[in-house]
Amino acid sequence: MSQDAPKTPWWNDQGNRAILYQVLVVGAVVLVGWYLISNTLANLAARNIATGFGFLGREAGFAIGESPIAFDPADSYAKAILVGLLNTLIVAVLGVALSTVIGTIVGIARLSGNWLVARLATLYVETLRNIPVLLQLLFWYALITEGLPAARQAFNPLPGVFLSNRGLKLPTPDWGGTEWAVLAALLLAVLGAVMLARWARRRQAETGQSFPSVRAGLGLILGLPLLVWLLGGAPVAMQVPELKGFNFEGGTTVSPEFAALLTGLTLYTASFIAEIVRSGILAVSPGQTEAALALGLKRGQVLRLVVLPQALRVIIPPLTSQYLNLTKNSSLAVAIGYPDLVSVGNTTINQTGQAIEGVALLMAVYLAVSLGISVFMNWYDKKTALVGR
Amino acid sequence: MTSNTNLDPKTASEIASHVEEPSQTELRAPRRSALNVLGWARENLFSSAPNTLLTVLAVSLLVWAVPPLLGWVLLKATFLGADPQACREAGGACWSFIEVKHRFILFGLYPHDEHWRPLLAMGLFLSAIAASCDPRFWNLRILAVWGAALPFCGLLMWGGLLGLTFVGNDKWGGLPLTLILATLGIVLAFPLSVLLALGRRSDMPAIRAICVGYIETVRGVPLVSVLFMASIMFPLFLPEGMTIDKLLRAQLGIMLFTAAYLAEAVRGGLQALPKGQYEAADALGLSYWQKMGLIILPQALRLVIPPIVNQFISCFKDTSLVIIIGLYDLLTTAKTALSDPLWRPFYIESYVFAAFIYFLFCFFMSRYSQYLEKRLNAGLKR
Repeated sequence: MSQDAPKTPWWNDQGNRAILYQVLVVGAVVLVGWYLISNTLANLAARNIATGFGFLGREAGFAIGESPIAFDPADSYAKAILVGLLNTLIVAVLGVALSTVIGTIVGIARLSGNWLVARLATLYVETLRNIPVLLQLLFWYALITEGLPAARQAFNPLPGVFLSNRGLKLPTPDWGGTEWAVLAALLLAVLGAVMLARWARRRQAETGQSFPSVRAGLGLILGLPLLVWLLGGAPVAMQVPELKGFNFEGGTTVSPEFAALLTGLTLYTASFIAEIVRSGILAVSPGQTEAALALGLKRGQVLRLVVLPQALRVIIPPLTSQYLNLTKNSSLAVAIGYPDLVSVGNTTINQTGQAIEGVALLMAVYLAVSLGISVFMNWYDKKTALVGR
Repeated sequence: MTSNTNLDPKTASEIASHVEEPSQTELRAPRRSALNVLGWARENLFSSAPNTLLTVLAVSLLVWAVPPLLGWVLLKATFLGADPQACREAGGACWSFIEVKHRFILFGLYPHDEHWRPLLAMGLFLSAIAASCDPRFWNLRILAVWGAALPFCGLLMWGGLLGLTFVGNDKWGGLPLTLILATLGIVLAFPLSVLLALGRRSDMPAIRAICVGYIETVRGVPLVSVLFMASIMFPLFLPEGMTIDKLLRAQLGIMLFTAAYLAEAVRGGLQALPKGQYEAADALGLSYWQKMGLIILPQALRLVIPPIVNQFISCFKDTSLVIIIGLYDLLTTAKTALSDPLWRPFYIESYVFAAFIYFLFCFFMSRYSQYLEKRLNAGLKR
């Protein structure tokens, strides 16, 4: 290469070109954005719609069917949206927990040596994941509201439990004031069990002596609240739902909307989780199990210490996206009238006409929830990841 | 290699004498399963006590569920020509509901006498999809297939030419609408997703930030909210006096949503290619677009065909969400068919019919994607 090569002109320099391209693309995006926003502002002005989030403080004026916190039509839109968010979170948390349990069982069942069980699990997975979840939700909702009898002829599978087209009625235990003490005991026991497990692990690392921390922890978690309950006089009174007129009074209600949403989301997501669990278990080679058994570990220890940690590493990333999917799919509640975030947001938009703010708010809240789940699952994933050099 | 295969007989027998004969004890007995049904059952259903318990549980589940189900589907069911009264008396499935309502469920509000047009369009559409599934069409020929099929489908659906009466797209519905929304959703999202994936892998920070921002935002929100945005906000985006059709709005929403997911699939393919391919293209002095168009994308896109098919399946299922913004897709027509007070009690039949159609499409698509994955792996493993 000669020393005095011709200098590349500045417009052929790669760095300069990159800057030029970026300026052009960003400029185009800004231009399109500005065009859309100016159109929107002109349209809003033509329709006399004020912009801004001021509407959140105004009186909502609509009732919400079910709410974990007290809500009154006189409360503000902001509170209504908070109620919607709480309803979404309740469905999401319960759905995640239930679908993980069902999905794990079905996933393991698909690998079972029992031909019949494996086939039934396959049938479950193939059927449910190939039908749109919204169709399943509408089906369950129709089944509950049209298929179940009216309150007067309600099914009574267990004493105090009633199943009718008004939903599921459950008796609530009448604790007589001891519920807080029992709850505190439960929290204390969980904390104790965690500390016990840490202590046992440290002792085993130092001295090699093992300690049955799982059994002791379970005993603590079950025993301590039971003890407090007994000390509190062992209240056994139940508030049983009773038929009065055309509906029940007393007890707790699981509304048809909530039941249909939870059932549909859980069964649908479980079919995907089953496949994830199955592939995770298949990813651990049988040599690992054999080697662990050869080392003299017990069956339970092999599962807990060798197979599961390796399977989890494969399972967690796709499982995270299923949890996110379930949370996002809970927005389909709007189709069956469960007052979730989208449903309340939709009502708000229709009443106030603040479409842009409403949709932006919905998206922001879902983004925040999704981000929260991803951050948590990534943290857990890091914790279980292989520690490399 | 040839020298090995042409060993002279003497050396061959020498080698053979060093190879141990398998001892008699090592010869396995034929598997019990090969012997008879009873042996098979003992091995697969009753090999241990817990296994037997599982079998008993599964059988009792079947005994509990299958006879009533069979009774409902077949024995107590009413078939052709039964009126709602006869159906209710029989107490089983009312398949005459499907007989009466199938036209509406399949084609929605499309004029009754013109139903052959959406049917034919659907046939064309399915043929084009089938052609796209054939590896021989995985090149520019696929553009020709769709370029020919789409205008013809449009002509059939809209009409207004060649003596066909005009049918506005507010009258479209049922299965053709579902197919159109899903297929165009994927087809239109595809070029956008390739650009987004390339942008996300770009060295230019501003372009990368825009692409990452778009992909992660869309993937973080539910499709329902994107559809809401499409149906409520798109009209506000346009200059005064311009309107945008409801179907087009939904189609755009689905496309924008799908593009983000598809972009991640394409990115997976771009990342799976060995670095040497990029470096070799650079060494040849190709420009960025030559490198991508001639070297990288043809290889990467082949790798991502199975995830694209999976994305198509979920897009197909997701189109059912347009019920929320009031389009008459397959699920909406199945639900609307129940608003007839005469046939109101037969919701299970209606949903089962729609579910069966969705299932058929999704099941065969997922089988196809599994077959593709095997094919690709076979090519890579050798």
